[in-house]
Amino acid sequence: MHLDLNTIWFILVGVLLTGYAVLDGFDLGIGALHLFTNKDEERRVMLNSIGPVWDGNEVWLVTGGGALFAAFPNVYATAFSGFYLALMLLLAALIFRAVAIEFRSKRPERWWRQMWDVSFSVGSIVSSLLIGTALGNIAWGVPVDANGEFAGTFLGLLSPYPLLVGVTTVALFMMHGAIYGVMKTEGELHDKLRGWAMGCIIFFVICAVTLTMSTLLYVPHMAARVRENPWLFSVALANMLAIANIPREFHHGNDGKAFLSSCATIVTLMALFALNIFPNMIYSLPNPENSLTIYNAASSPKTLGIMLVIACIGVPVVIAYTVCIYWIFRGKVKLDRMSY
Amino acid sequence: MDVLTLSRIQFGATIAFHYIYPPLSIGLGIMLVLMEGAWLKTGNNLYHQMARFWTKVFALTFAIGVATGIVMEFEFGTNWATYSRFVGDVFGSALAAEGIFAFFLESGFLAVLLFGWDKVGRKLHFFSTCMVALGAHFSAVWIVVANSWMQTPAGYHIVGEGMHARAEITEFWQLVFNPSMLDRLFHTICGAWCAGSFLVVSVSAWYLLKGKHLEFARKSLKVGLTVALVSTLLQAVTGHKSAQGLEKNQPAKLAAFEGLYETTSNAPLVLVGWPDEKNEKVIGISAPGMLSFLTHNDFHSPVIGLNEFKPEDRPPVTPSFLFFHGMVGIGFTLIAVASLGFLYFRKGTLHERRWLLWILVFSVLGPQLANQLGWFAAEVGRQPWIVYGLMRTPAGLSAVVKANVVLSSLILFTLIYSLLFAVFIYLLNDKIQHGPDDADLIPSGKLALPTKN
Repeated sequence: MHLDLNTIWFILVGVLLTGYAVLDGFDLGIGALHLFTNKDEERRVMLNSIGPVWDGNEVWLVTGGGALFAAFPNVYATAFSGFYLALMLLLAALIFRAVAIEFRSKRPERWWRQMWDVSFSVGSIVSSLLIGTALGNIAWGVPVDANGEFAGTFLGLLSPYPLLVGVTTVALFMMHGAIYGVMKTEGELHDKLRGWAMGCIIFFVICAVTLTMSTLLYVPHMAARVRENPWLFSVALANMLAIANIPREFHHGNDGKAFLSSCATIVTLMALFALNIFPNMIYSLPNPENSLTIYNAASSPKTLGIMLVIACIGVPVVIAYTVCIYWIFRGKVKLDRMSY
Repeated sequence: MDVLTLSRIQFGATIAFHYIYPPLSIGLGIMLVLMEGAWLKTGNNLYHQMARFWTKVFALTFAIGVATGIVMEFEFGTNWATYSRFVGDVFGSALAAEGIFAFFLESGFLAVLLFGWDKVGRKLHFFSTCMVALGAHFSAVWIVVANSWMQTPAGYHIVGEGMHARAEITEFWQLVFNPSMLDRLFHTICGAWCAGSFLVVSVSAWYLLKGKHLEFARKSLKVGLTVALVSTLLQAVTGHKSAQGLEKNQPAKLAAFEGLYETTSNAPLVLVGWPDEKNEKVIGISAPGMLSFLTHNDFHSPVIGLNEFKPEDRPPVTPSFLFFHGMVGIGFTLIAVASLGFLYFRKGTLHERRWLLWILVFSVLGPQLANQLGWFAAEVGRQPWIVYGLMRTPAGLSAVVKANVVLSSLILFTLIYSLLFAVFIYLLNDKIQHGPDDADLIPSGKLALPTKN
């Protein structure tokens, strides 16, 4: 594999989307678990555990989208116009989820809070499901015509394998969010979250096993690179060890390490996905020759070079202050006057 | 309706709704920096109370701004895929830069601004407030870079032919500092400062009228009216510069703004009027020679008229003319309102002039309307081009998206945005009625500690 600009940008877009999955993953997960408790106080604690950071986490998606637009405009154009209705639903879900967090605490009435609680939770679940389903479609392959345009239908995107990836994503984020919640809370809610986290881990493991089996059986091209390069099996192994380590650390009460294992699970899953689709970005089924690749869908080398300079200046700074901000808001959540 | 009309309505409606919020974030961002800065400098806790109150309003506008902003980034790809393929190399870079340099900065430090009051010291909190305001301004920079490139493309070349033609970067800095970028950036930012400052002025004037929170209102007015006066005056200057740029770079747009058909020396500036497209003239009052003077500093220089352009290359005259004159009219009214308010405030008699206070209460609508009309004028005036001179708007549409699909998303957004707007107004009103918290007069947590020098 030759590391040219196109490959670097494939990796960078991957890094941004992985960053999104790791970071927004836990707050989408918290959202999915939000309705599990019906105590106002506990819902507030859950909301405030992600309060200062959810907004920054979502920027990873926005920047990932921008980077895709800039580096691979044809992929951006084909995927976004092709997945039109799915993306509109995703936007609606993301909007409701975002404003619900801000609006909920503004009025004390029970119906008001219930309305925004449902928006927040349903918005989080639908967002996770749609993001996973989109990824599942990229893995399975979508019909692309000779002009590089999407040639399928909305209903065609809802086939079983992509939906399985969608459900697995929901399970993954719920597990990730529950462990994050365990780290950020104390007392009764902490114990409840510990119970939910165990349930979520089981839910995720069932999904992950099912997904692995169906990928090997029905989507052989998604295992092709690892099959041809056996040393890459180490990534799959790392993924399995990361998953196995979650309940282990959790059992010993090392919540922080369990959360890191959960992050490692997401990173290795994304790495496996990227390794196997490379160099395709949209795999065309049934006509693989129409696939959009990192070469036929990319911007000019000059632009990729300029963008790389921008990324090299911007990304380290972003990571530095993001770490500082997580540091400032470390520790258990305490409700105060500024809280949601 | 066809895909083109529906997609235009959808983009216009979603961007217009979105654009209620970013100017408020930028403008209130500056107000927060000034208020918190004044608190650090004077130690007067009233400024602390102000910063806390307006931070809450800021959070509300910011949340809706973010939520509706993601829609915009997606819509280029969903509805205008062919345009996205054509400009991705150029336009995408600006959007990605906005994400890296602006959005992360803004949203990261917003956490400290909103939730860090008791967790960090005064200086770090003030620094975070400054970073949020800076991030909001950076965001304006990159989005205006992207839009100005659509108005006055530069630093690119066209590669490929027919369906596969696209613009590629040749000179990055030429692309960034394309001919209209700086003028339009300053004009946009001044418009945002107006939006933020007049909101502060409006709410404070309301408190004075109701006899509530008087000290708070007076201090807020002092900051608000000063920024309002400065930014409305600067707005006239930056607007003038933008119009001079139009004459050089987009003469058809300027001609449409003024309803000027024949190229004439001693070209008149329409003060009040209505374009009569059939007879190719403007009915109304104009100042002879003023348009020539404003664009060339000379009464006798010729200004290019619409007849120099083929009918299919002209922007729609009536809407361009009305949006533009609406914006200018409101702009000058706001200068007058801000000056009067400032004058009587300095004299110390503002609270006696209830008529003026009422005008100040409603003045909040002025910048919002003018900002909307200004962007309408800029975008309608660029027509029939999506990228000026390079690509026509209908050519930019997605090839695979059908009308009924766009219609359903348009209905979806109309419903969601109506709900959002209703809730926004309800919560804003709630916040204003509730007023500043007296508890905020005493800083708590680490903020209560004196700054170390």
